Formats: sequence, structure tokens, C-alpha cells
Amino acid sequence: MSPDRRESRRQPRSGAVFEGRSVPKGRRRLRGWSWMLAPALGFFLAFWLLPFVRLIVMGAGPDNNTGIAGYWMVLTHEQYLSSLMSTLLLSIAVSVSAVLIAGFCGYFLARHQFPGKSWLLSMLTFPLAFPGVVVGFLVIMLGGRQGALAQLSLWATGERWTFAYSLTGLFVGYLYFSIPRVIMTVMAACEKMDTSLEEAARSLGANTRQVVVDVIIPAIRPALISTGAICFATSMGAFGTVFTLGTRINVVPIAIYGEFTNYANFAMAAALSVILGLVTWISLFFARRLSGEYVGGGA
Amino acid sequence: MATNIVRNENSNRPATAPISLRLRHCGRTFPGTRGSHAPHVALQPLDLDVEPGETLVLLGPSGCGKTTTLRIISGLEQPDIGGQVWFGEEDVTQLPIEKRDVGMVFQNYALFPNMNVEANIAYGLRIRGLSPDDIRRRVGEMVDMVHLNGLERRPVHELSGGQKQRVALARALAVRPRVLLFDEPLAALDAKLRDRLRVDIGQLLRSLGITSVYVTHDQAEAMALGDRIAVMENGRIAQLGTPREIYHHPGSAFVADFIGSVNRLEIKGAEEGQLMVAGGRLSVARYHGASVLYCRPEDIEVCPVTQAAITGRVLQTFFLGQSQRLFVDTGAETPLQVESPSREQWLPGQTIGLSIAEEALFSIADAQ
Repeated sequence: MSPDRRESRRQPRSGAVFEGRSVPKGRRRLRGWSWMLAPALGFFLAFWLLPFVRLIVMGAGPDNNTGIAGYWMVLTHEQYLSSLMSTLLLSIAVSVSAVLIAGFCGYFLARHQFPGKSWLLSMLTFPLAFPGVVVGFLVIMLGGRQGALAQLSLWATGERWTFAYSLTGLFVGYLYFSIPRVIMTVMAACEKMDTSLEEAARSLGANTRQVVVDVIIPAIRPALISTGAICFATSMGAFGTVFTLGTRINVVPIAIYGEFTNYANFAMAAALSVILGLVTWISLFFARRLSGEYVGGGA
Repeated sequence: MATNIVRNENSNRPATAPISLRLRHCGRTFPGTRGSHAPHVALQPLDLDVEPGETLVLLGPSGCGKTTTLRIISGLEQPDIGGQVWFGEEDVTQLPIEKRDVGMVFQNYALFPNMNVEANIAYGLRIRGLSPDDIRRRVGEMVDMVHLNGLERRPVHELSGGQKQRVALARALAVRPRVLLFDEPLAALDAKLRDRLRVDIGQLLRSLGITSVYVTHDQAEAMALGDRIAVMENGRIAQLGTPREIYHHPGSAFVADFIGSVNRLEIKGAEEGQLMVAGGRLSVARYHGASVLYCRPEDIEVCPVTQAAITGRVLQTFFLGQSQRLFVDTGAETPLQVESPSREQWLPGQTIGLSIAEEALFSIADAQ
């Protein structure tokens, strides 16, 4: 029998199978199991979607003092705008610094074996165990009025040098809890990376800098972007540390707290919350898009 | 069908004359790990000479030290104190890999995933600071040479295994290295593609005349590609010689067994100028006094029982296409392996006669 004839005889039967079974089967399967999603959907609606919709609507309401809509106030009023900008700049600075510092550190740790490595690793990742309040306290211990730096400068110059109660203190605190996350992510990415890529580059004459720029950074780029984005998101929304360092630091979480607790200005608190959430969500969204670029591209 | 990979032999010759490669007293000991504190000797101190333009194959099972030797030559590993690596008249022992001017081809291709075919091939040229025109011209030559025309802009993850290894080869050759090093480059490919690329690499190495060291555990690959083969065992060279020498005159039982199949014939005694073996007697003038002789399966012929030196019973037959392998019980501990033409039919249980030419027998110095 020729292949064509065989094919033509088989075709109607396979067509019938396709039309009669496979499409509705998929739908039936989904319907059959959909009740399992009910608790998750219920939770999503009750504790996330409903309050969030409420928050979005509330943010459009009038500000207590001026009567202007909350969102418009955030985008036009200098106090809120500067709070938003300083939070943004602080978070960008923290993410970039953490990725730079911990990126090299993570690469070194992934590629070298030495006595005491596991001890060093557990010390480096220790800050992950601390809540923001304790991190704030540690910053005060370092750069506060009674801190180590103040004691040292008092002995050396007769003046107390402090940085804890400013954006610098906040930067140090945020860097402190961002570095361990980056180290862990970069280490995992480096351990997965194929060492023969580096060896190939070196065999072609590349020096250490060229290997880092041409091979290592592109290979661990997705990990760098995603961990950087998580540092950014964490710094944008962190509250415990800044609250410990003092409520005079003008960042968005403190502004939300102030509007809500001190002035019962719900519209402003809601508008700031929604904008903070939106900025963070957008950064995570783009990070996911960018870091996914090379996924599946390994040769 | 194997394609001819080389189009223009002269244009692809290395810019400089091929150099020799010498290892002197190169050993490698790795410190003990947490699990076992005893240091691990990966490579016993060895001397090795590769002639200018020669392809030397390092052949052996896993853990025999062949990859360590290659990595010492490349500069990725340092030999233990006292070891020296010479490229021609230059002592390169202290030079890191990036200063040694070697080309490396890896088992897993090691192509840069963030670059396309062209950028991968151009990488070493870009590092060397060649002008864009020179880079374009040289990449073009390489693309022609390994038959990747039309794929220049293709991301490397869209290539097949064979194409990836061609890119890796082109990338290594583009910089005109002094020594070309292969670390099991065909091990990740399927059998058909492996055979084809093996022919291509063989032609390329012979036409370029570049000094090369090729690591493999595949004896067929070693024999096809090597001008000489160094068979390695437990961190030392068990035998070094041409493929013919190694195959027909193996220096040890390990080498004989590792390269192809071999039959072991125990001599039970001598009588009237004949050696008594299980299943019969061999008429040989040489080898009197030897306790064990060896021969290859393809050197044993099936003949009528009345004319046979040895008789035995067929245990099993394996049809291999171009030939068949018979396992024949002659009363010895292990059955004799016999290679017979594939059109002849032998049935298990059948008694057959075997004859072995005297020149096909060999003894081995270290045989126990």
C-alpha cells in the first residue's frame, strides 16, 4: 500500500478523535478541578482585592487640608513629591550598591574553597534573620549619638560624628539587609554557571576584566536583575528600620504612617500607598521581563 | 556523507610554523578533601614530546589523568613543583592560559550564549585588538572552513550539536593558536554525527598541520585522528606509539584490552614444536616458553574441523552488520571471541574449527 493511501485511510479516524474528545476533555478537566481554587480565590478576594479596590477609590478622595484629590496631591505637592523621589533614589542606590558589592562577593564565594568558608557565609547571611527594627538599632549602634563612630570621633576630634538619623543611615541599614540576599542569589547563579565558558574566554586571550564583562555578567545577568529588583522593592516598602531611626526621615512609608496615624488623612495615605505599590510592581514586572531574556539561551 | 571541511588548504595554514610541545616531569597532586585527607595523585610525573604539526591523542578511561595532562598543557592547571611545559623553545610553565596562545575545544562546546555565531568566532580576534576589517575577513574564512555559511547571525542556542562544535572549532582556530587542544569534543554528539565530524576534524588537522593534543576515551576516535596515541592508565602513560603499534603490539594487557578486543590463550605446555592451548594446539616456531599469548578476534579464522588448530562450540553470535562476533567455548576459562564474515551462519551449539596465523599471535611483557 502506498504511504498516501495509508494516510488517507487513517485521516478520518484521527479527525474524529480530535473533534469528539480532545477539546472538551481539556475543558472538563478544568471544570472538574476548579473547586480546588475556591479557598485561594476567596482569600484573594477578601484580603487583597476588596481592600485594594477600596484603597484605590479612597486615594481619589479629597485631602483633609486642601480638598484636592489624593493622587493629584502626591504628584504636585512638593512634600509628597520629594518623599517619593528620595525613596526612589534611596532604593535605586541601595539596589545598585548591593548588587555591585555582593555580586563580586558572591562570585568569589561560589568559585573559591577555603577553610572557614561556611562560617563566613553564615555570618554574611546573618542579617536575613533580623527584623527591620533590629537593623535600625544596629545602625544607631554604629552611627548614632552613642555609636561607635561618635565615640571614635569624640576621642579623635572632640566632636560626635553621626549619620544614623538621616538618609545615609537608612542607606547603610538597607544595604545591610540587602547584601545577604544578593550574595545568596549570585552564589546560586555562579554555581550553576558552566566554568568552561570562562576557560574558553581565557583560552582566547581574555583577561580577568574581559572575562567578567563578556562572560560572567551576561551569564548571571538574570540573577543580578531579579535580585536587584527585589532589593529595590524591599527598600521602597521597608518601615521598621526607618521608624527606629526616626520619623523625620522623609520616605514614603513614614509619610503614609504619618498621614494615617497622626492626621487621619486617609485619602493621602491611600494615594501614597497605591503609588508606592504601583512603582514597586512596575519595577518587579520589568525585572522579570529583562531577566527572562536569556532564559533557554544556554548553549 | 562526510563533507570535505577544508576548501583552501593554504589560506588556512597557521601564520607561523608549527611548534613542538614538551612536558618535563609534569605531575599533579590534588590536596585531600574534607572526606579523605590523603592527597590524590591525578598524574604521575611524566615526560611527553609532541612533534611540530603532530596530533597526539591522549586515550584512557575516566580518571586516568588525560584531562589533567591537557589542562596542564593549556595552563588551566599548574604542574606540581619541578614540572615544566615547553612550547617550542619557550618555557610557558608560569604563563596563564590567556598568555599561552592555545585554542581549546570543549566537550560541551562552551559557546558564549549571549553572542551569535559570528561574535563567538570573532571573540578571540576582538580580544587581540584586530581591526574590524581583519576580524570580518578572518571570521569569513573560518565560516567557510567549517561550513557554517548562512548561519553567521544565528544565536548559538538555535544550532544543532554538530553545528555548535563547528563554531567552537572555528572560534579556537580563528586566533591561529600555537597549540590546539581538544577535550573530548565529540563525546556529546550522537553516533552518526560523531563519525562525520571525526572525519572533518581529521582532514582539518592534517591540512592545517597544527600541533594538537586530543583527549578522548573512544579508541576508534583515537586511532582515526592520532598520528600517535598515548594510552593512559592510573595517572601515567601505559604506552605511547602510532595507532598501528598500539593496536598490533600492545605493551601491556591493559592496553591490549582497552584498544579493541583481545583473546587470551593460556599455554598449557609444548609438544613436538606445538603449543598446547585449550581446545587444541598451535603450530608456532616462536613464543616457546611464553605462558600466555594474545590474538585479536579478527585474526582468528573459522575453518573445517579437520584442518583446525583449535576446535570449540559456538556459545553465542552477535550480528554487527559488517561482520559477526562469535563467542566460542574451547574449554578455557573465558570463551574465544572470533570475528567472522557476516554472511556465514553459525548456530549456538555448533562445533567449529578455528585457525590462527602465527604472525597474528603476540605476547605481552607484563602478562600475568
